[in-house]
Amino acid sequence: MSPNHATTERAAGTHGEMEGHGSKRSYLIGFGLSAILTAIPFWLVMANPLGNDGATAALVIVFAVVQILVHTVCFLHVNTQSEGGWTMVAYIFTGVILLITIAGSLWIMYHLNTNMMPGMMTEQVSQTP
Amino acid sequence: MTTKATSKPKAAPRKKKIAAAAATVSADPTFYLIEADDHHHPTGGATLLGFWIYLMSDALLFAAIFATFGVLGTSYAGGPTPREIFELPLVALNTAILLVSSITYGFGMLAMEQGKAKLTQTWLLITGLLGASFVGIELYEFGKLIAEGATPQTSGFLSAFFTLVGTHGLHVTFGIIWIVVMLVQVQKRGLIPENKRRLLCLSMFWHFLDVVWIGVFTFVYLLGMLR
Repeated sequence: MSPNHATTERAAGTHGEMEGHGSKRSYLIGFGLSAILTAIPFWLVMANPLGNDGATAALVIVFAVVQILVHTVCFLHVNTQSEGGWTMVAYIFTGVILLITIAGSLWIMYHLNTNMMPGMMTEQVSQTP
Repeated sequence: MTTKATSKPKAAPRKKKIAAAAATVSADPTFYLIEADDHHHPTGGATLLGFWIYLMSDALLFAAIFATFGVLGTSYAGGPTPREIFELPLVALNTAILLVSSITYGFGMLAMEQGKAKLTQTWLLITGLLGASFVGIELYEFGKLIAEGATPQTSGFLSAFFTLVGTHGLHVTFGIIWIVVMLVQVQKRGLIPENKRRLLCLSMFWHFLDVVWIGVFTFVYLLGMLR
């Protein structure tokens, strides 16, 4: 990553503007990795070579997370140096909030659904003295 | 007479300011160094960081819609299930188009760095056309779903589906409009620093939409087909 960063710095110096764009190499690496990381999950779901929906789903999610990270580094150029590290801080903060929002909603609503089941309601009513 | 009257009080504080600045310089020269530094780097850096913060808040908007889809994604209300209505080959094509448009925009950025305005415009145009075909295919898919009776009113799953995918499609549409605006801007004024800054913001916007699409095709389409 260090030679990449050197070129970015030089480019930023030439036009007196901020950095924030990568080299051709980083774009091509990002594109190649993304193509692979997209093709495999589609193949996993369409051809179903595993024959196990749970395992396929888990793998697909792993590939998505890895691809999001590849895009972040290769295309969005988030690193510890850009904008004095503030883009990365904002990115990590957003990631945490995002996880809390999505996982929290699913967790709460799943339990709400379970507790609102008709059978569950009568059980709880009968338990109360 | 009136102009003189208005300009006079303006001039007086300026003089005072200069005098005050001169006094500060003799006392603390570092004050002037900071001023000079500020002058060299206009709002460019702050704009990029600010735009990044906007994108992060946009990510939170998508997080809310993703959470809604996650909660309502299995509420079919007797309507069609994902397995019955999704066409993965079409989604794969759309994913490929958006991924290729990401790298064509990247090449546009590299051309911009080298100061090649024409080449930048060519890559921008290709990116815009790819984006337009993405939105076109998505609208075709929506039209087909609605013709089959899978309307947003049918079930919670379809309401959430149209909201999530539609919001992303709307973002791409606005990205295309922005690309057209930048094509005109570069044509009229060339690669001036302001245009470079705008193109960098648009670059982040465009790549960000591709990141959101990873979430869409994974959680809506691929995991939907497994349910």
